[in-house]
Amino acid sequence: MEAYLSLFVKAVFVENLALSFFLGMCTFLALSKKIETAIGLGIAVAVVQAITVPVNNLILNFLLKDGSLMAGVDLTFLGLISYIGVIAAMVQILEMVLDKFMPSLYNALGVFLPLITVNCAILGGSLFMVERDYTFGESAVYGISSGLGWALAVVALAGVREKLKYSDVPKGLQGLGITFITVGLMSMGFMAFSGVQL
Amino acid sequence: MKMSPEAKHNLLDPLIGNNPITLQILGICSALAVTTSLKTALLMSMALTLVTAFSGASISAIRNHIPGSIRIIVQMTIIASLVIVVDQLLKAFAYDTAKQLSVFVGLIITNCIVMGRAEAYAMKNPVGLSFLDGIGNGLGYSLVLIVVAFFRELFGAGALLGYQILPLTTEGGWYQSNGMLLLPPSAFFIIGLMIWAIRAWKPEQNEAPDFVIHESHSHSTGEAH
Repeated sequence: MEAYLSLFVKAVFVENLALSFFLGMCTFLALSKKIETAIGLGIAVAVVQAITVPVNNLILNFLLKDGSLMAGVDLTFLGLISYIGVIAAMVQILEMVLDKFMPSLYNALGVFLPLITVNCAILGGSLFMVERDYTFGESAVYGISSGLGWALAVVALAGVREKLKYSDVPKGLQGLGITFITVGLMSMGFMAFSGVQL
Repeated sequence: MKMSPEAKHNLLDPLIGNNPITLQILGICSALAVTTSLKTALLMSMALTLVTAFSGASISAIRNHIPGSIRIIVQMTIIASLVIVVDQLLKAFAYDTAKQLSVFVGLIITNCIVMGRAEAYAMKNPVGLSFLDGIGNGLGYSLVLIVVAFFRELFGAGALLGYQILPLTTEGGWYQSNGMLLLPPSAFFIIGLMIWAIRAWKPEQNEAPDFVIHESHSHSTGEAH
């Protein structure tokens, strides 16, 4: 249990997907102008991440690994294409389920759901799971916590940017430039967690 | 061979004028993560340029046969297959560097440059032009990566491509290395400053401010409102 808790804290704060691995940066920068949209996007990413990482773990262990499907068949080279397939399928299924059973959440997430397929934080989470050889339990915890960490970062950045609108930024830095500097400072702040261990 | 003006435009425009990273905000994830050393940056640039060019060409070749509703899946499959080829090649010929790139080779699949160019350009244009467009955008990306990696490796570790340029104090030299540059935040600062530099040079890329701050005309009253 302690191991899971430690993994959770590590994935949310110490190894935050957005701020220390730069994953999902495109949407992170493009959609963090308002807190409301950032919250919607954050929830969508966290939900999809929590589902896809454990599912991909099952796919890896029961289909792709050397000798798991048939003796002598090693399909690990098909990893990338199957993970992205699973992610695309999951996003599609989630979209249909939400549309049917939770229309209010579906409307709130709007265009962000399909965009998540090409969010590198999602694929990155699955690839880290493969690289670090997580068990099923660990990958479930990792999926939830890394998605949560990403959501936290995007909402925090949106909060800073909302305030930043009223400040007098030098001309060339306006927009994208100052956002990069802000994220840099935030990432420096998150580095303070780097010694934390449970 | 003489190039048509459009081909030349496709190849050269994304370098600075319409750079994928600093203007179009595409493909930033990997640009930041692999730039701690020049060698990984070079390898990553090569991999990405090849994938963008060939995915552009192949998607453009079958663009008239792809039904609109499933085009994302089709593009994704083509890109993922190309990335698997690149991944296997890197593992075979540059194993150590490929290990350092870790998950970022796989993440070329979701790199928005590849997807973005496929969707925005290759779906509407002939094969040759799409190929050049891919190369051009790949090179624009490479340019940013190489500049960032140059600064981070030179000032962070005093080396370039692994060769010691500035002798470090720990080894009896004079240069005190700046460890900050090897950590994540520095990549954000360098790209931010780079965007500033490019926009100072080409002011037409400036973004309009959300609010304009006017000079106050109420100095004479001297009262707070």
